[in-house]
Amino acid sequence: MGNNSSLMLRDEEIDVITNETEFNRNQIVRLYSRFLSLDKKGQGFLEREDLMNVPELAVNPLGDRIVDAFFTLSGDELESEKRLNFRQFVRVLAFFQPIDRTKKNSLNGRKDKLKFAFIMYDLNKNGCITREEFKVILNSMVGANITTDQLDKIADRTIEEADVDHDGRISFQEFCKAMEKTDIEEKMSIRFLN
Amino acid sequence: DDEDEKLTRFPVMRVDFSEVKVPLIIAIWLVTACIAKMIFHHIPHLLEMFPDSSLLIMFGLIVGIILNVLHVDKSTFNLDNEVFMLYLLPPLVFDAGYFMPARQFFDNLGSILTFAMIGTTFNIVAIALSLYAVSLTGLFSVEVNVVELLLFGSVAGDVDPVAVIVIFEELGVNDVLFISVFGESLLNDGVSVLFYNIFKAFVEIGPENIITQDVVNGFFAYFIVCFGGLAIGLIFAAISAFLTRFTKDIDILNPVYVLVIPYMAFLVAEALSLSSIIAAVFCGAAMKMYVKENMPERSASATAYLIKVLSLSSETVIFLFLGLSTVSSDHHWDSSFIVLTVVFCFVYRALAVVVLCQILNKFRVQKYSKVDQFILAYGGLRGAIAYGLAVALPNFPAKPMFVTCTIIIIYFTVFLQGLTLKPIAQFLQVEKKNEHEPTMTECIYQELIDATMSGMEDIAGQKGHNWIRENFKSFNNNYIKRILINKEAQRNMDKTKIVRLYRRLQLQDAQNLVKVSGDLSKNQVFVDALLQHTKTRGSRGNTLYSSRVSFSPHDTMEQHGIVDYDIDRSPTRSIERTRSDPLSNARVEIRLSNGQHIV
Repeated sequence: MGNNSSLMLRDEEIDVITNETEFNRNQIVRLYSRFLSLDKKGQGFLEREDLMNVPELAVNPLGDRIVDAFFTLSGDELESEKRLNFRQFVRVLAFFQPIDRTKKNSLNGRKDKLKFAFIMYDLNKNGCITREEFKVILNSMVGANITTDQLDKIADRTIEEADVDHDGRISFQEFCKAMEKTDIEEKMSIRFLN
Repeated sequence: DDEDEKLTRFPVMRVDFSEVKVPLIIAIWLVTACIAKMIFHHIPHLLEMFPDSSLLIMFGLIVGIILNVLHVDKSTFNLDNEVFMLYLLPPLVFDAGYFMPARQFFDNLGSILTFAMIGTTFNIVAIALSLYAVSLTGLFSVEVNVVELLLFGSVAGDVDPVAVIVIFEELGVNDVLFISVFGESLLNDGVSVLFYNIFKAFVEIGPENIITQDVVNGFFAYFIVCFGGLAIGLIFAAISAFLTRFTKDIDILNPVYVLVIPYMAFLVAEALSLSSIIAAVFCGAAMKMYVKENMPERSASATAYLIKVLSLSSETVIFLFLGLSTVSSDHHWDSSFIVLTVVFCFVYRALAVVVLCQILNKFRVQKYSKVDQFILAYGGLRGAIAYGLAVALPNFPAKPMFVTCTIIIIYFTVFLQGLTLKPIAQFLQVEKKNEHEPTMTECIYQELIDATMSGMEDIAGQKGHNWIRENFKSFNNNYIKRILINKEAQRNMDKTKIVRLYRRLQLQDAQNLVKVSGDLSKNQVFVDALLQHTKTRGSRGNTLYSSRVSFSPHDTMEQHGIVDYDIDRSPTRSIERTRSDPLSNARVEIRLSNGQHIV
């Protein structure tokens, strides 16, 4: 743990987080040391560059989108405030806890996981994925090997499949419907080590 | 004999079966087996109740009894261990490997290995020692020592891939459950081969002569058997993939490489006393992604079909002969031995599954529920491999008793468990397999989710499955694929599944057009072509107008490089189009000449 006493995790804080997120004590401590290792400047909060500095994220085609979604979901409504404190950090990660069907868990249900995926597409945060936004994401994932024409066709086809009300955009409901056969619970869960 | 008989007159026709005897008998049995299968398919409702395998065994049993009554020589219908191991088994395991859902396999690899290694070892040892304890009471009619019993344990104790494939396929349970049992049945071959060889050698050395060195060697052999088999499989997969790289102009050779080289892997592993099943399975699984890129469409589908044909024939013949061999083997019936063995098999399997699942659930994201555990335990089927191993045992006094017992266990498994597994699974509402073709949406979001989860794991600092998978993918794309896939395919190769799926769906749509099937408004090829046409026509003002459009699906298909063997009819469709609104993003109303009406 850091030298600066304001950075140390207090017990009350751990308890609050445990109640909020269903992480246990050990997991929270582990995540805290991860938080500290990401916070290289020792500011007590994370900024975009801190997350982008994670080496593997740099080669991930969706790296900047992921970071973006992280900050969006952290609950900060203000554009200017792009900071992530530990509690917000853990809150976002809590989305990816495995769903324990016996416990009623507010943070990591199927809808919440899908919300994260949806936000990654919805660049301007208007609650709908347009054709253009879709093409941007598709481009970053498939990119090098196909022509723009093919890219357009693929995007068109995909939107066509999911767009139930034919408004040319995909709303969150349409997105959920399209994904109903996919096992989101398993695919979007991380095993957090104790 | 022909030499001895001197010809006195020139015969118009000569009958000489001895020349063709062996291949003819094989052919007759194969056709008989297939006819039997055909008969079963035509009897209504029969297949709903009984799995194929059980019907075939019964059929074989009846035929065997008839032949026995007719005093036909038993050797014509006895399943020779060599024939089974070298000819009948390889197509089955290769098919299993080639079509294995690789992603689920690697996602669950930890659990599968646990079941295969620890579970199987426990089963073998527990069954053997329990039987030994009972044998000390003198209950059994034949004398057995502990080493022989350990040998028997390695025969009876492991889950059989043949039986699992056959019965679980008809079950249609969800992928995770299937891959857990199936993966276990494949990998535990390593354990059982090892134990079998060890204890067979020990029996031959003689239990009195075993020294510590032998035991220690056995321990190291454990790892060599598994990893050796794996290594051989991978080496031959690389060879096969590399060879198919150069077959561009003679693609007819591709099926030969794809089928024969894994067979070589199987045989070589067998020769080196390594796990031949693991070799064949991993050869198939590893080879697939490279070989598929190197082959044109028709080569790939021909190969896949051929693999299926071979494995189905094998499977049919195996079960038929299991029935036949029941009659033709040397038996020794010992009720107490048989009953106890069956009981121990069940009990120890259930115990192992429950205990291991408790431990595994601590580490798994998707945990094994109680229902899952029941299916895992109940689905531990014994099959033809057990019979093959039993028959190949060295000739000690207890052998006939072991063989009889093995056959009874197999019958038990195939009939009792095979028959009841489906109704039980339905009753317990086990999650079924997702049978649908993935849509573009799902495929894309799947890729998105993979990349996202990999990123999340990076942020959280935990190296999980996603990290491994994504890293392997990029390593594969950048290095391995460069070597094993031919230059032209590399240029066109779509490094992601998305484009491949898109192509496949376009293909389907184009084929549907020719076959005049499906809902045209959902047929993307059709809609694309129509919209293209709309654009080139330009706008004509605000008035409603209709025009006739002719377009040939044949051209579209050629565009997509499809070879359709029965294009002797290329229908042109005439379409009446009315534009209800001049704006370009308005709806277009289409009325087809065959009466279909699309908006």
